[in-house]
Amino acid sequence: MLIYLIKRFVYTIPIMLGVAIVCFALVHLAPGDPLVSVLPPDASQDLKEQMTKLYGFDRPYHEQFGRWAGRAVQGDLGTSIRTGRPVVAEVGKAVGNTLMLAAVATFIGFVLGTLFGFVAGYFRDTWIDKAASALSVFGVSVPHYWLGMVLVIIFAAQLGWLPPTGAGPGGSDAWKWNWEHVRHMVLPAITMSVIPMGIIARTVRALVAEILSQEFIAGLRAKGLGDFGIFRHVVKNAAPTALAVMGIQLGYLLGGSILIETVFSWPGTGLLLNDAIFQRDLPLLQGTILVLAMFFVVLNLAVDVMQTSLDPRIERS
Amino acid sequence: MGTMDRRDFLAAGTTLAVGALVDPGMAFAQNTTTLRIAMTAADVPLPNGQTDQGAEGMRFVGYTLFDSLVLWDLSSATQPSRLVPGLATSWAPDPADRTRWIFKIREGVKFHDGSVFDASVAVWNFDKLLKDDAPQFDRRQAAQGRSRIPGVKAYRAIDPMTLEITTAVPDALLPYSIAWIVMSSRARWEASGRNWDNFIRNPSGTGPWRFDRYQPRERLELVRNPDYWNKNRVPRSERLVLLPMPEANTRVAALRSGQVDWIEAPPPDALESLRRAGMQVVTNVYPHNWPWHFSRVEGSPWNDVRVRRAANLAIDREGMKTLLGGLMVPAKGMVPPTSQWFGKPTFDVKFDPAAATKLMAEAGFSRAKPLAVKAIISPSGSGQMQPLPMNEFIQQNLAAIGIKVDFEVMEWNALLASWRAGAKDGSSRGAHSTNSSYFSQDPFTALIRHLDSSLFPPTGTNWGYYRDPDLDRLFGAIRTSFDPAAQEQAVQRAHEKIVDDALFLFVAHDVNPRAMSPRVKGFVQAQNWFQDFSPVVIG
Repeated sequence: MLIYLIKRFVYTIPIMLGVAIVCFALVHLAPGDPLVSVLPPDASQDLKEQMTKLYGFDRPYHEQFGRWAGRAVQGDLGTSIRTGRPVVAEVGKAVGNTLMLAAVATFIGFVLGTLFGFVAGYFRDTWIDKAASALSVFGVSVPHYWLGMVLVIIFAAQLGWLPPTGAGPGGSDAWKWNWEHVRHMVLPAITMSVIPMGIIARTVRALVAEILSQEFIAGLRAKGLGDFGIFRHVVKNAAPTALAVMGIQLGYLLGGSILIETVFSWPGTGLLLNDAIFQRDLPLLQGTILVLAMFFVVLNLAVDVMQTSLDPRIERS
Repeated sequence: MGTMDRRDFLAAGTTLAVGALVDPGMAFAQNTTTLRIAMTAADVPLPNGQTDQGAEGMRFVGYTLFDSLVLWDLSSATQPSRLVPGLATSWAPDPADRTRWIFKIREGVKFHDGSVFDASVAVWNFDKLLKDDAPQFDRRQAAQGRSRIPGVKAYRAIDPMTLEITTAVPDALLPYSIAWIVMSSRARWEASGRNWDNFIRNPSGTGPWRFDRYQPRERLELVRNPDYWNKNRVPRSERLVLLPMPEANTRVAALRSGQVDWIEAPPPDALESLRRAGMQVVTNVYPHNWPWHFSRVEGSPWNDVRVRRAANLAIDREGMKTLLGGLMVPAKGMVPPTSQWFGKPTFDVKFDPAAATKLMAEAGFSRAKPLAVKAIISPSGSGQMQPLPMNEFIQQNLAAIGIKVDFEVMEWNALLASWRAGAKDGSSRGAHSTNSSYFSQDPFTALIRHLDSSLFPPTGTNWGYYRDPDLDRLFGAIRTSFDPAAQEQAVQRAHEKIVDDALFLFVAHDVNPRAMSPRVKGFVQAQNWFQDFSPVVIG
């Protein structure tokens, strides 16, 4: 296991390097200017050139990248061009906020998705299956930013039951796990949970249907095992795949949804990325993407390990 | 001490939960002395002094926490705003040397930290922007401030109450430039370890609002400064909370749910529902200009004055106003018709398709034989109003008189980069016009920067490379008219020529819509990009 973990860790190095290079290249290939966030819109080309020099953007690309990568391996992702704040601190805070939201959304999505999936799989081809499948298809298909806006219109603007924006009345720094704050999370978490709910439901339905059609189930029934006993076997067999899907979904959600976090002004990685893209804040953009890519790698690794411990039949190559 | 049994506990819990869910008044219980504003910015403008986020940054952070030597009078909704004394009580050029200005510093002004503002602190603030090797030099503030004072050559404190500023050439517009430069506290910067990042966590200015709390990307909270030097502008509210909300529908929902009291730039299609919900919608004309800026490089189809005039006569501005739900003032020039600088142009910019078609025929074009032009536009952007439907509307109007428009759509920041680089630069992709909305609050930003032949890129932002010695002379007269009345007349003459020669496609002026809770009282929307929050109360 230890060698496997070390190997997987070593594999992450070229992945990280690739992510950093692609991100750096894309930002420089896109039209616009990395200094757009610090220059007033009506600044002249002359002033832009003065500032380009002051910020070191007049240096050759490979030199800029090398300097950034050299610091990044030491854990320093530089400072935001616009705010001057360290990227690590900016990303760390945003990741914390997104993690809270993603964890709640994943929980909702996993519970509902598993429930709908099992029900649909167990009662295949009945109206219950059709209803549960319709819900899961809705979850996968509905544009989540649209759903977010609809929820805001109904529950915030019309009914006034829940707040439409922000991470609590005093902002995320003053976050507490009480209703006054959690109510700010309800709408974005529900919106965010819809896609994983749909995906998990569809996966679990297919798994349950497949497991139920296998011979060992018929054998268990022939031996006189009751429905609950069968259910336990189905759960045990479906769990590793369902967990893997959940892990991947959690990874997506940790990346933050740019659209959902923007609609709800939730100060997570999605909103941070959105801001970094529009402001062309290169260090912030690179740092955020790099950290999110690392999350994906680590999460995939964690899911692999969990799968193996749940199902010893899975071998590590 | 009383005890609470299980039933009491459940009853209390249920009451609280239901109350919070059902009663928005309880859910968003609001201190009546706190004004909460949702800005369009994606982040809180930096509270360092020379803040970022354009005019919105100056509106909410620049002129709340800080002051400049010269301020705008923001007290009238009916008159164009004019400059008034700020941290300087008076200013005037030396009659013997028009490049030398003397600013008399206001006595007794203190920063929020208690330190005294004087001429040496003003010099220290200019150094933070202009002197690269000064300890307090801050490249972020320099990037924001330098372009505002390009003519400043030198400055010094003659005595604590007298500041001298020298310009490279005589420049009667200097006070407008100086109005951009706000003063941060040297004492607080020293106490912050001579570090601007630390300063931002506890900034200090001389403005009507004091710093209280800053949470990057989420909120800035200011409290009233009861000791503000201008007793007429001591805030009537206790607290001002500024929240960045870049998504327009989110701002609308925040206002309707009672989470904020005031939103900037509600989307036009939400105004009716906001009004029906009892919200106030406030608008006013202000120095904003939404034109097509013509390229005048060799071969540009806009070099023919008949074509330029025809295009200006082809636009149905009233129809466009209807399209925008009434949220525009039809343009008749670079500045709104009510501006003190409008003058009396002879060319009346109006909708007259017959006259436009006739002019096009004289130029050799018709609907059957159209003139092809390429126009840079953006799908969105700061101050751009509704650029896609507006430009499509123009495209249809121009097609009707024989001008076939091909759009080069650029993302807003890419458009700005090409605008800086000029029409001849490859980034402008051979386009014959660009569509960028303009701040036009002073004669330089309204007129000179776009058309003065000494301001071709990269020195300036005369994007179209327009050159006319007569107009250059008129601009020279503006720069050397130190008497305000004479300067106003000089600006009018220049504006008249710009309109008569149809140097731009004059389309619209924004009206800066804001929506507010009915509880917001006392706000006067000045004809200005900046606003005064001091008289506002929550009733």
